[in-house]
Amino acid sequence: MPERSASNGLSWALGTVLLGGVLIGLPHLLSLSQQEILVLLVINVLLVASYRLLTLTGEWSLAHVVIMGVGAYGSALTAKKLGAPVPLAMLAGATVAGLFAFLLSFPLFRMKGFYFLIGSFAAGEVVRLIWKWSELTWLFGGPKGIKLIPPVPDIEFLSIDFYNPVNYYYLCLIVVAVSLLILYRIEHSRIGLTFHAIHWQDKLAESVGVDTFRYRTLAFVVSAFFAGLAGALYAHYVGTVNASRFDVESMVYVLIWAIVGGTATFYGPILGVVVLTVLNEVVLRALQLDSMRPMFYGAILIVSILFLPNGLESLVLKVKAWFAGRGQKRATAEQPAE
Amino acid sequence: MTVELLLQTIVNATYAASYMALIAVGLVLIFGVMGVINFAHGELYMAGAYTVVALYAGFGVSFFVAVAAGLVFVGALGLIMEYALFRPLRDNPLGGLIASIGFLLILQTIAVLGFGVQMEHVPPATQEKIVFANGVVLTYQRAYVIVATVVLLGALWLFLRKSKFGWALRACAQDREAAQLQGMSINHTARLAMFIGAGLAGVAGALTAPLVSPTPYMGHSVIITAFIIIIVGGIGSLEGAVLAAILYAFVYTFVTTIYDGTLANIVGLLLMLIVLIVKPTGLFGAKERA
Repeated sequence: MPERSASNGLSWALGTVLLGGVLIGLPHLLSLSQQEILVLLVINVLLVASYRLLTLTGEWSLAHVVIMGVGAYGSALTAKKLGAPVPLAMLAGATVAGLFAFLLSFPLFRMKGFYFLIGSFAAGEVVRLIWKWSELTWLFGGPKGIKLIPPVPDIEFLSIDFYNPVNYYYLCLIVVAVSLLILYRIEHSRIGLTFHAIHWQDKLAESVGVDTFRYRTLAFVVSAFFAGLAGALYAHYVGTVNASRFDVESMVYVLIWAIVGGTATFYGPILGVVVLTVLNEVVLRALQLDSMRPMFYGAILIVSILFLPNGLESLVLKVKAWFAGRGQKRATAEQPAE
Repeated sequence: MTVELLLQTIVNATYAASYMALIAVGLVLIFGVMGVINFAHGELYMAGAYTVVALYAGFGVSFFVAVAAGLVFVGALGLIMEYALFRPLRDNPLGGLIASIGFLLILQTIAVLGFGVQMEHVPPATQEKIVFANGVVLTYQRAYVIVATVVLLGALWLFLRKSKFGWALRACAQDREAAQLQGMSINHTARLAMFIGAGLAGVAGALTAPLVSPTPYMGHSVIITAFIIIIVGGIGSLEGAVLAAILYAFVYTFVTTIYDGTLANIVGLLLMLIVLIVKPTGLFGAKERA
C-alpha cells in the first residue's frame, strides 16, 4: 500500500521536525541549573544507547561506565598533556576506549552470562584502582583525578562560547544525534541482525558459520567507542574527571535506566534515562529529597523488575496496540454502514 | 621481612580469612539454593555493623547481645529479600541479581538517613590482647572473630551434614526440581538458606564493627572481596569458599604489608580474572552446580 507508507513517511518527517523543534527550543525554557542537567542528560542518552548495542548480543557488562571513564581520561590527557585540539582529543579518547574494549574482549568473551557480568565488574574495578594508584599519580592524578581539563574552544567568528551550557548542549545534541543515527543504522544492518541471532541462538549462529566471538567483540568495541565519546563530552564540559565519578554506583544508574526503559527497542533505554532524570529533577529536587535518591532509584528498579519486566517501552507498545486496535474496530464498525 | 613481621602478618591474615569466609560462605549458600548472586550481600554486612553501632555504641547493650541481635536482624532482612524479591523472580536469576542491586541502594540510603555518611567509631569490647613470643599481638577483638567463625562454620557444617533440614538444603542446591519431586518445600529451604546466609554476613559485620569504622558505603569493598573469593573457590562450593577465603586473605594481607593496599586489591581482582579465564569452575570447586 504505497499511500499508507507515504503518509507514514510524512508523519515520521513531521515527528522528527517536531522533536527537533522541541529539542532546540527546550534549553530556553529552563533555568541555568536545569540547563546544566540537560547537558548531562544528553550525554547520558549516548551512554545508555551505546550500552544497548552491547546488550543486543545478550551480554550485560558492568564495565560500561568505566569504559566511558577511559574515554574521558583519554581525551582529557590527550588535550592537556599532548596539547591536542579538543575536538581531536575527544575522538582520540573515544578511540582509546574502543581499543581498550578490544583488548578486554579477549579475556572477557571467554565468559558468558553471570561470569561475564562479574568478570567485567572486576576488570572495571582494576582500571579504577589503577587510576587511583599513588604510583601513577603523575599520569592519572591519583584519587583527585585530572583537573583543569581544557574546554572546547570558542568559535570566535560566530561568537559561540561553549562555557554557556546552552551552546554546549547544542554541541552535544549534534554529536549525540549523529552517534544515535550511526548506532541505529548498525542495529538495522546485517551486522545488527547477526547480533540478535547471537543473543537468541548463538549455537545455531555458529553452526551456520557466524564467528560469534568476532561479532561480540565488534559490538563491545563499537559500544565502547560511543561510551568513550560520551565520556569525552563529559570531561571537557565538567573540566575535571576522577575515578569515583565512574564507580559502580554510576554503573548501577545506567543499568536502571536501561532496565526501567526496556532494551527490546532502540528508544527504550533513552525513554528510561529521560523519564527517570525528569522524575529525579522534578520530584526529588522539588521535595528537597536529594539524599533519598539512591533509595528512590532502588525502589523503582525493584518495582519495574517485579511488575514491568519489559520496561516502559512495553507500556508504549501497549498504548500503540490499543490505538491500532481501536482504529481497526472503527474501520470494521464503519464498513457495514457504507 | 623479619620473623616477627612474618608471624604478625600470618596472624592478621588469619583474622582476615575468618570474616571473609563468613561472608563468602553466606553468599555461596544463597547462590547454591536459589541460583541468585546476591549483590546486596555487602550491604547486609553493613547492616550487621550498624546494628552494633546502634545497640552497643549507642544504647550501651553488651557487645555479644548486640552481635546476636545483628545475626537475627540481618537474617530477618534476608527473609524479607527472599519473600519480596527472590521468590517472585525465581525463574529469572538475572532479575534476582538486579533486584538485589535495588535493595542494596535502599539499605544504603536507610543507613545514610539514620546515621549520616561519616565514619562511626565503635569502641572495642575489650582492650585486652594476647601477646605471643616475639612480640606478635592478637587483640581479643580479632580473636573473637576467629573463634566465632570456627564455631559458626563448624555448626553450619554439622547442620548441613547431619540434620534433615541440612539434607533438604543440599538436595535443593544440587537439583531443585528433583528435590521438589521428593516432597521438599522449595520455599522453606530458600527461606532457611537466606536466613543463614544473610545472618552470617550480619555476624561478620557485627563482630568487625569495632575494627573497621563502619560507613554506609563499606559494603562496596566487601562485595568485591566476596566475589573474588566465590569465583576463586568455585561458585556453589562451600568448602571452596572457605579455602579461597584463606588463600585470598593471605595474598591480600601479605601484599598489603609488603607493598600497599591498592596493589593488593589489583592483585586480588587479577587473580579472579585469571581464574575466570583459565578455570571458571574455580580452583577448589569439584564441578559446577546449577
